[in-house]
Amino acid sequence: MTLKERNVLLEVKELVKHFPITRGVFRREVGSVKAVDGISFDIHDRETLGLVGESGCGKSTAGRVILQLLPATSGNVIFKGRDLTSITKEELRKQRPQMQMIFQDPQDSLNPRMTVGSIVGEPLMEHQSLKTKERHERVEQLLNSVGLNPKFTNRYPHEFSGGQRQRIGIARALALSPDLIICDEPIAALDVSIQAQVINLLEDLQEEYGLTYLFISHDLSMIRHIADRVAVMYLGRIVELASSQSLYKTPLHPYTQALLSAVPIHDPKQERKRNRTILEGDVPSPSNPPSGCHFSTRCPKAEAKCFKEPPGWREVSKGHQVACHIV
Amino acid sequence: MPSQTPVLQVENIATRFHTQDGLVHAVNGVSFELKKGELLGVVGESGSGKSVTMMTLLKLLPMPPAEIYAGTAKFEGQDLIQLNLDQLRKVRGGKIGFIFQDPMTSLNPVLTIGYQLAEPMREHLGMSRREARQRSAELLDLVGIPLAESRLNDYPHQFSGGMRQRVMIAIALACDPQVLIADEPTTALDVTIQAQILDIIKRLREELGMAIIWITHDLGVIAGIADRVAVMYSGFIVEEAPVDELYGNPKHPYTRGLLKTLPNLKGKRAKRLESISGQPPSLNNIPASCPFAPRCPHALARCLQENPALVNRKNNHKVACWWEPDSGKNT
Repeated sequence: MTLKERNVLLEVKELVKHFPITRGVFRREVGSVKAVDGISFDIHDRETLGLVGESGCGKSTAGRVILQLLPATSGNVIFKGRDLTSITKEELRKQRPQMQMIFQDPQDSLNPRMTVGSIVGEPLMEHQSLKTKERHERVEQLLNSVGLNPKFTNRYPHEFSGGQRQRIGIARALALSPDLIICDEPIAALDVSIQAQVINLLEDLQEEYGLTYLFISHDLSMIRHIADRVAVMYLGRIVELASSQSLYKTPLHPYTQALLSAVPIHDPKQERKRNRTILEGDVPSPSNPPSGCHFSTRCPKAEAKCFKEPPGWREVSKGHQVACHIV
Repeated sequence: MPSQTPVLQVENIATRFHTQDGLVHAVNGVSFELKKGELLGVVGESGSGKSVTMMTLLKLLPMPPAEIYAGTAKFEGQDLIQLNLDQLRKVRGGKIGFIFQDPMTSLNPVLTIGYQLAEPMREHLGMSRREARQRSAELLDLVGIPLAESRLNDYPHQFSGGMRQRVMIAIALACDPQVLIADEPTTALDVTIQAQILDIIKRLREELGMAIIWITHDLGVIAGIADRVAVMYSGFIVEEAPVDELYGNPKHPYTRGLLKTLPNLKGKRAKRLESISGQPPSLNNIPASCPFAPRCPHALARCLQENPALVNRKNNHKVACWWEPDSGKNT
C-alpha cells in the first residue's frame, strides 16, 4: 500500500450535524437529533474508504453533509485544500463537478419523466458549455462506459431493471469527470446476482478514471471486498478506523467485534462452529444518546468509566485507530 | 432432529397473476416436502416465486388477480388448496403460523400487542380472555421481551423494529403451530438485531419442535439454521439438497454462481467478484427451455430446447439441470 504517499483529497474534521426537534406554534427548539456527532477522517487520492454502520448511525447524513447537500452544524470539510463549509454558494457551485454522489435507490433518484439521455446530460448542461452534438456524444460515451447500450438515450427509467438503473445513476455521477464519488448504499436495493456486476463496474471505473470513493454501506462483506480502509460508525461517532485487512483480522472495538460476529457466513460448517457475541437490546435514540461512550449501554465489556467519559481517539497500531477505554 | 414423516407435502403448485400487461407466471410447478421438525430454507432473488409459493399454500393471495391453476398441498390428510375460506381460517394462524417480512406493516397500529397476541388463541383454541392474556405474557417472555406482562397494553409504535419482529414471532407461535412459515423475517432488520432473532428461532426450534419454512434471499442466514435448502429461480425449484451438501457441492450453475458472487468475510479477499451476467427472465411466458439458460455459463444446446425437471441425483440432492458439473472440471 502506498496510501501514505498519496495526497489527501478530502479531510473531514470534527464534523457535526444536529437536526433540531421543534415543538409548538413558535417552533421552539426542544432538543436535537445528533445524527453526526463529531467525526474526523481523511480520504486519500484514489482510495476507497468504507463507512459502515447500522441503520440510524448517521452514515448517510455524514455523506450528505460532506457534499454540502445539508449544511453542517459545525466542523470542517476540506476538499482539495478548500474548506467547503466556509466558501460562498457560487464558489461551492464551481466545486460541485468534482464531487458527485450515487444514491441507494435507483428507482427514486432518477426522474421518471426524463429520458436517460437528459438525465445523464443534465450535469453537462449545468456545468459545461458543450454544443448539442458534443453533449450527445459525451452521453453516449458515458453510457458505453457503464455497460449500457448508447442507443438507449431516448428511453425512460421505468424501461430498465434495477441494476441498469443503478448504471444510469453511475453514468450521471461520472458525467463531469469528478474526483470524489460518494456511494450511498449503491447496491443495497439490488439482487445478489446483480450486486457483483455493479461492484465490478465501480472498481473498473475507479481504475480507469482514477476515482476516489467514500463507500457507505451496511454490508460488511462487501465493504471488505471494495474498501482500502474502513471506518465503523455507531450512533453518530466513528468508533474504529483501520485498513480493511487489519479491521477484519483484528477488530479492536467491542462494537466492531459484535458486528462482525453477527454477519452470517455462507458456509454451514463455519456457521455451526462460530461463537457469536450477541448484543442485547437496540440502538439508543440519537436524540438522547448515552453519556460517556455511546456504545456503553450495549457493550458487553463496559466498565464504570465508559458510562461517564466519552473515550478519546487513539492510534493503537500503525493506521489502526479506535475510540474505546478498554482497548 | 427432523424425523422422516412429512407434515406438509406440496406437489406441482402453479400460480399465475392476471395483470394489465398480460399473464405473469410467478410459480410454475413447485413440489417439496417438509418433514416434522425440519427447517427448510427457500432461497431466491426477488421475483423467483418464493413468497408466492408459500402464500399460495394458505391462499393468502388476492384472487383475482392471482389464480392457482394446479397443484396440491397435503397437510394433515387434507388438501389446503381445496379448502374453502372457513376451513382455511382454522388452519391459518392456528396449525400453520406465518411471519411476514416487514414488522412495521404487519401489526395493526390501533390494537394493543396484548389484543393481537390473544386474538389467535381465542379464535383457534377457544381460550377465555384471562387465559389468553396469561399465555400472551408467557409468549412475549419466550421471545425475549423484558417485562412481558406490562408490555401487553402497549401499541406497536412503542416497540422497535427488532421487538416488533419478536412480537410477530410470538403471535405466530401462539397456537403451537406444526408448521411455521417465515417470509424474510430478518431482512428489514440490522445485522446485530438479526443475530438476536436467529438466536431465538434456533432456541425455539429445539424447545417446541415445529417444522419451519424459512424464505430468504440471503445465503448466509440460511447456512446457519437450515437442515435442507431449496433454491428457486423464475418460479421453479432448480436445486434442493441437505444444507452441507448444497453449500459444499452445489450442482446447479445458478447456485454455484450465487455462492461465488458473495464476497467473503474471512480468508482471502478476491481480487474481483465473480458475477452472473444478464438479468432474470421476464415471467410473462412459461419458459419452454431452461429459464437460466441465457445467463448460464455452461448452457448446452439441449438447455435451449427443453426445460429440465428436478431430478434426484444422489444423497437427496435434487437438481434441475442438463449439465453435469463433474463432466468438465473447469469451473
